[in-house]
Amino acid sequence: MNDMYGKGIIKGLGVSLKRFLETYFDDLIWLGKRYRTDKGIAHRGSKNARGIFTVQYPEERIPVPEEFRFVPFLVYDEDPGGEKTLRCTSCGICAKVCPPQCIWIVRSTDPVTGRPIPDPAQFVIDADICMNCGLCAEFCPFDAIKMDHDYELASSHRNVFDETMLSKSAKYYQSIRPINAVREDTARAAKAASRVDQGD
Amino acid sequence: MDTIAPSPAQDLSTRFPDILTPDIRPGYSGWMVDSSNLLTFACDLRDSLGYDYLSSITAVDYLPEGKMEVVYHVYKTTGGPGLTFKVQIPRADPMEIPSLVSIYPGAELQEREAWDLFGIIFTGHPDLRRILMWEGFAGHPMRKDWHEPYFEEEAKPLKSRWPEGKMLPAENKNKYKDNIAYPKGFNPESQTFDPEKALYESLRNYQKDEIGLTTDHVIVNLGPQHPSTHGVFRVAVVLDGEKIVNLKPVMGYLHRNHEKIGERNTFIMNIPYTDRLDYLSSMSNNFGYALAVEKLMNVKPTERAEYIRVMMAEMTRIANHLMAIGALLNDLGAYFTPMLYALEERELLLDIFEAVSGSRMMCNYFRFGGVARDIPDSALQKIKDLFFERLPRKIEELDRFLSENEIIRSRGIGQGVLTAEDAIKYSAAGPLLRASGIPYDVRRADPYSIYDRLEFDVVTRTNGDIYDRLMVRFDEILQSIRIVQQVIKQLPDGPVMALKPMYQVRVPPGEAYGRVEGPKGELGFYVISNGKPSPWRYHVRAPSFINLTSFGPICIGQKVADVVAVLGSIDIVLGEVDR
Repeated sequence: MNDMYGKGIIKGLGVSLKRFLETYFDDLIWLGKRYRTDKGIAHRGSKNARGIFTVQYPEERIPVPEEFRFVPFLVYDEDPGGEKTLRCTSCGICAKVCPPQCIWIVRSTDPVTGRPIPDPAQFVIDADICMNCGLCAEFCPFDAIKMDHDYELASSHRNVFDETMLSKSAKYYQSIRPINAVREDTARAAKAASRVDQGD
Repeated sequence: MDTIAPSPAQDLSTRFPDILTPDIRPGYSGWMVDSSNLLTFACDLRDSLGYDYLSSITAVDYLPEGKMEVVYHVYKTTGGPGLTFKVQIPRADPMEIPSLVSIYPGAELQEREAWDLFGIIFTGHPDLRRILMWEGFAGHPMRKDWHEPYFEEEAKPLKSRWPEGKMLPAENKNKYKDNIAYPKGFNPESQTFDPEKALYESLRNYQKDEIGLTTDHVIVNLGPQHPSTHGVFRVAVVLDGEKIVNLKPVMGYLHRNHEKIGERNTFIMNIPYTDRLDYLSSMSNNFGYALAVEKLMNVKPTERAEYIRVMMAEMTRIANHLMAIGALLNDLGAYFTPMLYALEERELLLDIFEAVSGSRMMCNYFRFGGVARDIPDSALQKIKDLFFERLPRKIEELDRFLSENEIIRSRGIGQGVLTAEDAIKYSAAGPLLRASGIPYDVRRADPYSIYDRLEFDVVTRTNGDIYDRLMVRFDEILQSIRIVQQVIKQLPDGPVMALKPMYQVRVPPGEAYGRVEGPKGELGFYVISNGKPSPWRYHVRAPSFINLTSFGPICIGQKVADVVAVLGSIDIVLGEVDR
């Protein structure tokens, strides 16, 4: 069985040695720009990466792709006067589709008529239960709840977020998901236009 | 639903006129067998009809009808559609059904699971103990009338979330002592209980060798907290010197009753939960579940979605096999170098998953009728770069690095052998089965999605030892690269969803068994719908779990140091074993 007398091991060590040298070789080629530069980080995650390609978090961070999803947030629109309105209508679809049931919504009611009004009185997400599946954002018909890119949630207490902590501006949403935001805005505008056409 | 073709069906009913009756419930298929005829029927099925591979055994609790049903799925290792048969018994304790272990030894762990979770006694089972819950657990949790602590409602969405959703953590709701249940007749004040007693008694139950020196046999526990066990898995062995004379896997430390959670969830909520079964290959898990529910809904995914699905499933296979190879090498004592070389390539694959689905490991990407979103162009470019340039080169390098290494060869060749006959007998699946020389791959044997259009080889090796299992994984990576290359070339344009996105899908009543060739073997989802938003039954045929049936037989007679290597070569993930 072992008729190679260690040749296989030596061949394997050759692979290790090659990889070891490649790291230093690449360092020389990049003249110190391999680390802590955006280009260097991108290179280390590309098909041409060789040698060590560890990223030194937190000094270095890999940029997250657009579709990356973390705990959801609520989107609000800001008019020129600075008035903020949440897009959420408290329809409850996100709470109904949430697999671990981590969304709690209290619907507002009109104090005079007693009818529900489209605005959440209370919106709570227990981020420690949230499994970051993104189903709430996927099925929200008003583009009001979206998945965040901020993945640093460590805290010394339980991460229970209410509507003020969850609210982030539509501008922020556009900045993290430019392609999605444009697509959704056009779809919403088209929908609104067709509603006007029908004389609604 | 379509597991049975018309001609063998007629053949069966003429062959067993008194024993078999067709299952005529709407949406169901297969045959009903009376429990008194079960053994004769199964024996003839295996010996005369060639259904030699028992894929899955599970139970279903039909509480409203007062019936308990055991469902068997059998296949031929030569390929083709399978056969489903069911045994119904009245739902009153004690519920007894003859055990099939004597005919299909692969039933052993699955029947233990059905006993543990449903309380069905399999008479004649050699070692009927609890398997996922601990000895001394009160009740059988998969029964429909069993309720867990913090129980709120039978099905989600919970009414307490909307529209009057005042946040209240579950742990604040129930007070201590409301949550504890004891077995009947057990008094915690006066009695003590040894949960390990049954395990050790069954361990001592082995053929004693009276020849030669008679020395004391020692029981050794490997794990549950041990890095070689790939998670919280425990192996209890009886040793004669260094030789293993008996071995029992002990599992359930990561048990969360995935299936009960699945029956509380609506259909769509289960997709992210399936990610967490075999957390190294979530896309494949999504695939199996989506197939099962699509069978029930009678929906066909769009063409582009089919291609994307296959592409993702094969990328998952590569990522999983890289991990398996790396972890096996770790177990063999090659500390971390090969593991990290393999992880580098896996990392690039996970980057693609992240760009496509939004998450590296918990992908949650498949939907009924397609996939959640189209592949971004940048990600597609990355896939092309990886599969046409980098991966073939890197796998070749890894192969050069490992496969001729004398240490791996001497620890792998001829060690931990599972013969072809045993592999079928113990219902081994995936690389474990194919390394033993059985060319059985669900992608070819019972093609799903678009696999019948793609060119690839079913990889086999002949010896069934540790080394062969390693090499089968290498070869499968190469085949998967081949598949992905074809898929990229043929990827059609078009929509990726066949249905309008719905947060609650309507699933007609019936049963479906969706199976895919996951990286670890045949992954099956048995789903029963009764027309409600949640599945009535949701069962996972977990390959890692069933592959462990053959773990004991492989190891007996080997040295204790080989247990670790054999376990590494079986490649288990505890999220799937314990469910």
